Amino acid sequence: MKWNQIKINQQLGFFIIRLSAILIICTLLFILYDIFSKGSGSISWEFLTDKPRMGMTKGGIWPAIVGTFWVSLVTIIFAVPIGMFTATYLNEYAKQGRMIRIIRLAIRNLSGVPSIVYGLFGFALFTLMLNLGLSVISSGLTLGLLTLPWTITASEEALKTVPMSYREGALALGATKWQTIRSNVLPYAVPGMLTGTILGLARAAGETAPILFTGVAFFWPILPKFPTLLGQQFMALPYHLFIMSTQHHEIVKVRPLAYGTALVLIVLIISMNSLAIWIRYRFRKKYKRV
Amino acid sequence: MTPLQIRRLKESAIEKFFMSNGLIAVIILLGIFSLLFIEGYPALKEIGFSKIFLSSKWNPTSPVQESYGILAMIVSTLMVTLGALAIAVPIGIACAAYIADVASPRMREIVKPVIEILAGIPSVVVGFLGIIVVGPALAKLFNTSNGLNAINGSILLAVMSLPTIISISEDAIVSVPQEFKNASLALGANRWQTLIKVTVPSAMSGIIASVMLGMGRAIGETMTVLMACGNAPAIPQSFLDPVRTMTATIAIELGETVQGGLHYRSLFVIAFVLFIMTFLVNLVSDTVLQKYQKVHSQ
Repeated sequence: MKWNQIKINQQLGFFIIRLSAILIICTLLFILYDIFSKGSGSISWEFLTDKPRMGMTKGGIWPAIVGTFWVSLVTIIFAVPIGMFTATYLNEYAKQGRMIRIIRLAIRNLSGVPSIVYGLFGFALFTLMLNLGLSVISSGLTLGLLTLPWTITASEEALKTVPMSYREGALALGATKWQTIRSNVLPYAVPGMLTGTILGLARAAGETAPILFTGVAFFWPILPKFPTLLGQQFMALPYHLFIMSTQHHEIVKVRPLAYGTALVLIVLIISMNSLAIWIRYRFRKKYKRV
Repeated sequence: MTPLQIRRLKESAIEKFFMSNGLIAVIILLGIFSLLFIEGYPALKEIGFSKIFLSSKWNPTSPVQESYGILAMIVSTLMVTLGALAIAVPIGIACAAYIADVASPRMREIVKPVIEILAGIPSVVVGFLGIIVVGPALAKLFNTSNGLNAINGSILLAVMSLPTIISISEDAIVSVPQEFKNASLALGANRWQTLIKVTVPSAMSGIIASVMLGMGRAIGETMTVLMACGNAPAIPQSFLDPVRTMTATIAIELGETVQGGLHYRSLFVIAFVLFIMTFLVNLVSDTVLQKYQKVHSQ
């Protein structure tokens, strides 16, 4: 009898924890289903390529797509080199000691700083102190700061997967440290770094709080040519969704447009994630052959 | 200079270059800390500590008597966060235990990407669903006029902190040495008893660290709570009251302030408090995690 009880407990326990996993799967499926089913009706060529019209009750989201693109580009240009160099220092050069401990502590804490605090910091530093104003540059740099801890961590992971023997081989042939890193370490780590970068960028592209005070605009349909646009305000997908769902004067009327924006944003982010996972997969396969 | 000397010089210059990049992270962290402090300190001095931290009256734009008490926001932030943890912690730990110890390889292949995708959903999309789906459902359930309140925020933040809690807890549970489990199984315990009496307790420090990190995310989350919590600046009496968190206050009000004014600076005080809170939470989780890694590497 007692033995039976124990067996039933086990069944029940496994059932409950399995249920929690299923609950999480269902949550995701529900989110995706809701947005796809209600958003796909608004997707059309016009929606993707037109600017908002008639007080944002008609038209499309093209300026928001372009704005998100340019801001992300500034983010990459800022965060990726610094992230890669920092990771190279931590994994290849630094010796265990107080210095490396402090740097690691800083990185871990940076990754926990709330995004709104980055927004405030970016506003005070880039927009006001460095006089970059409300612009694509200010927002891109703010998002760059936010992404930095992720690119560093991902790049370091990638460097760790390069086998020690690659380095030893080069060093044994008389190569200097830098020659070794350049020819025998970095080429093998780059795909992994790329994966981490894209994942970081996907998160940055969905962030709203850091761009709130640094340049994103409610309505900014004019798209100037390349260098001038960096100094101007812009529209962005996540902020556009925020506006359409809370700040618009005809909230119920524009709901389909809000769903459409959410769908585009989600598809963008999931495809970036899939691209990253695909690169990682290819990279692993290549490694197995080496 | 001989070629060898030149080469050495070049090598050390390259090393210095990489090191200077490493220092950027430290500089940014110190920069954030000092900028928030410099911008916020004058407000702290002028308004006074007790009028900021012990008062719940926040009305910086009042034409009669401005007040800058942030107690209500701190309480709101903590309330929404604790609510989120109450939902996310049991589900998260259970799910982590399932992935690490019970799930079949095929099931694992399904659940892990699901969690990765869930982690990637932008906060503004979660907030949007909070307004459109969770809000009306709560309004119907509790018979209130709208569902934009603390419990709505808690549910959404639970969804957002689950991926963090699950992935780190799972790492901790997976890395419990097999010998521990074998010993328990050899003594006649079944898999369930082993899981809850040996494996999960052994991974406890990692699990605690994961919960702290999830908590850090929930405290700092902005758009979701801004959209779904109703934004009423008063101390909430229950989970059905609308609340306005620290993050939401900054997001709503910074645009309307005069740079360098008292209102502007008081928002930096809030940001500073927020920074310190998340810093401490991260520090605790870090310390726990380090200690636990040390124990396990022995």
